[in-house]
Amino acid sequence: MLTQELIVEAGRQLTICNACRYCEGYCPVFPAIELRREFGKGDVVFLSHLCHDCRACYHACMYSPPHEFSINLPKIMAEVRVESYEDWSWPALLGRSFTDARVSTSLTVFAVVAVFILSITVLGPVRFFSRHVGSGAFYQVIPFAAMLIPALSLSFYSVAIWISGGFRFWLEAEHRKVASVHALDFAKALTDSLSLKWLKGGGPGCYYPKAMPSLSRRIYHSFVSYGFLLDLLSTTLAAIYQDILHRIPPYPVTSAPVIFGTLGGIGIVIGVGGLISLKLKSDGEPAAPRMRSLDYAFLVILGLTSLSGLVLLVVRDTLAMATALAIHLGLVAALFLTIPYGKFIHALYRFVALVLLRAQAARSPVKT
Amino acid sequence: MHPEWPKLQNRSVFALVKAGALKIFFRSVKGHERKKSRNLVLRRIEDTTAVASRQGRTILLPRAKPETPNLVHSAIGHVECDVEQPAECGDHPMSLYDVIVVGGGNAALCAALAARKIVSRVLLLESAPIHMRGGNTRHTRNIRCVRSGNSDSDQAYCEEEFLEDLIGVTGGPANLELAKFTIRESRKLPRWMVEHGISWQPALAGTINLGRTNRWFLGGGKALVNTYYATASNMGVEVRYDAPVEDILIDEQGFRAVAVRSGDHREYVYGHTVVMAAGGFEANIDWLKQYWGDAADNFCVRGTPYNNGKVLSILLNKDAQPIGDPKGFHAIAIDARSPKFDGGIVTRLDAIPFGVVVNRSGRRFYDEGEDIWPKRYAIWGGLIAEQPGQIAYCIVDAKMIECFLPPIYKPYKADSIEDLAKCLDLNRVAFVRTIEEYNRASSRNSIDSNFQREFLDGMTTQNLSPPKSNWALPIDHPPFFAFPLKTGVTFTYMGVAVNENAAVLDRSSRPFKNVYAAGEIMAGNILTKGYLAGFGLTIGSVFGNLAGREAAINANARANS
Repeated sequence: MLTQELIVEAGRQLTICNACRYCEGYCPVFPAIELRREFGKGDVVFLSHLCHDCRACYHACMYSPPHEFSINLPKIMAEVRVESYEDWSWPALLGRSFTDARVSTSLTVFAVVAVFILSITVLGPVRFFSRHVGSGAFYQVIPFAAMLIPALSLSFYSVAIWISGGFRFWLEAEHRKVASVHALDFAKALTDSLSLKWLKGGGPGCYYPKAMPSLSRRIYHSFVSYGFLLDLLSTTLAAIYQDILHRIPPYPVTSAPVIFGTLGGIGIVIGVGGLISLKLKSDGEPAAPRMRSLDYAFLVILGLTSLSGLVLLVVRDTLAMATALAIHLGLVAALFLTIPYGKFIHALYRFVALVLLRAQAARSPVKT
Repeated sequence: MHPEWPKLQNRSVFALVKAGALKIFFRSVKGHERKKSRNLVLRRIEDTTAVASRQGRTILLPRAKPETPNLVHSAIGHVECDVEQPAECGDHPMSLYDVIVVGGGNAALCAALAARKIVSRVLLLESAPIHMRGGNTRHTRNIRCVRSGNSDSDQAYCEEEFLEDLIGVTGGPANLELAKFTIRESRKLPRWMVEHGISWQPALAGTINLGRTNRWFLGGGKALVNTYYATASNMGVEVRYDAPVEDILIDEQGFRAVAVRSGDHREYVYGHTVVMAAGGFEANIDWLKQYWGDAADNFCVRGTPYNNGKVLSILLNKDAQPIGDPKGFHAIAIDARSPKFDGGIVTRLDAIPFGVVVNRSGRRFYDEGEDIWPKRYAIWGGLIAEQPGQIAYCIVDAKMIECFLPPIYKPYKADSIEDLAKCLDLNRVAFVRTIEEYNRASSRNSIDSNFQREFLDGMTTQNLSPPKSNWALPIDHPPFFAFPLKTGVTFTYMGVAVNENAAVLDRSSRPFKNVYAAGEIMAGNILTKGYLAGFGLTIGSVFGNLAGREAAINANARANS
């Protein structure tokens, strides 16, 4: 939960940054700080979601611990972010629990086992462990309706909570009315998001995992985000194939859904692997422990989901197909369940922050 | 994965094991040799006397000249005149290092980088721990350089103008030739800095007036220091932290070794030449007390606590020629609640031109609106140092509170001048009278008429002493605010004299054979009073490069002779 102490501490640090301004060239957080003289809750949450955690400022700061000013902006911003994820999700109890790795792990295991047992029970072990090939093979294992209804309802549930969270952030941050927002700001913010414009510090890269600038995180993050978008595209294409072209999966290896899905899956696996290895090597000092566990949980579930999808592609003509399918769908269910409570939501909040930034940069009433 | 694995993959298991064993063997041999050579020349001497007496002789260093101690107060501490020379020095003038650089800020790093281009064994001794490395460079943010461009270009900053600016603030440098040299060489600095890893950023918001003359490096001074240390380490400069130099050994042949504190013992490190780049003495309150008395107890030091003047005092004790006003310092008004040391840029207060400043007796003492703030901010440290208790209060009202950069400490706040006096524990009658007199003298001015923040607006007081020459608006919009002010010392001017090769001069103006200086420790040759934004780094970079180069060339010559 975003406590008053946390807001006050963030405000204390931001006030010192505002009197210093040496980091102005690193990222838009600092010019945004300079538009303000006071740092209330709305300002703090806005700035925290604008912070991309590149850590350049931490290493450049002459006031970082053990200095008595103890400035550690990446850490306090991450703490505010992770607490605000919690505050804006619903129900709050679930939001709180997913920063605990044990909860995410047990939920994932539970989802996989549940799907597995359910399909074995319904299908009977003999049919479950036999070969299913040709058109409609997947639906022989798990009927279409059994896939569609939970998937759709989970998606709606997740997206609804996700968007309401984004809306709450919007209200919170917009409360200060630093600038009015125009439609064009959304388009510009979208390009900023898709290009990961600010995930590179002042230009030479994030100071991540260590104290030297490096572009590795930006590259791996691109693998994950574009991999995810490719998988989304693949799923959409598959729906079109089935419902409009009336072709029933599995689709051939050379079909568009499989090609995009495979590329996306490989991208995610590479990206997730890279991000996890960077995180393991990374400096703990400018990081918030709760955010780290949220990051790991999301990366692991996302990586496993993609990996299981790729495995399914490889074994879909063998006896192991049903098992792989059940595991994959179980993981997909877990991913969807955790979406409104896990790291996935940062995408929307980051986007909202970038929209507000575009508005402020263009139309701030304050001139410095 | 082990870095050597890919290379070994196609070999047999036997070959692999053999390679591993050979490697371990070679490593241990190499390590042993390295240790041996270190022991030879870098003998750690836990007890100098014990070693010397074991060798059956005692060599005394020349005593410090009798006239030296009047410069260096005994309280500065630990000036050992009778250090016994370690045994190796006399008969075995064997050096591990070509160039030893004492200090860890910009000048020291420039010297080490420049020296390393010429010689291979360069050691940099930083007295601070790693997180505090970089001296006052940590707090810098820009560097002043000559900028080319045709003379009618708006962007050009030519040597003549640079020199005029310098003469304008200092009234003339102590050594005009060195000043001209610094300015001339500054043209090369931006390129050199980029070659050594520095990136630039646009002039910070609110400093547009410096956009032409100064260049901003990305992230400020600590980022610059981090970059230079990384570059130095890539180039093979050896760096030691927590390594304060306590003494140097000098004999007829010149500099021999530095005595370095290393944990609880002292170590002698030998070198052909040495570059002293360890800053001024502004963080040595006891030394400041020699000139300021107990008032110095109430000063804050804006920069690193490691600029304690130890190295400067060693040089002065070794007969180096002092230069610059010993009492002179650059000091500004900072918030009185600032940390004693290392508060840096954020503790400054830019409110003074927009209010009035009173001392503990509730009286004004200087024209707050004498000139634009960038030209006057640096006199307020000295002004406050002369007030009772070394404290002052800047009073502004509600209409002016957002006219200056937001300060880090909240001001005292009250709805009436009387309540503010109570809050600040000032003499109520005197304080109220001061504000009333000021308000009467400025009653003809109003914010709607001519008031302009950035320029001299000519809104002066009538018949007031001292006057307020600009921005004199009545203090009449409650609530009223007060910022307590203290003296924040940025740097000291006194240093050692150097020649055009950055060699340190002795009291007879003869250069030491192999002792060089760069940075704040010799800035007094050029900067006698006042300050030009970004000029400290210019001096440090130019003389760091020069001293490093000269020291390296000299080291080669001495090694060959």
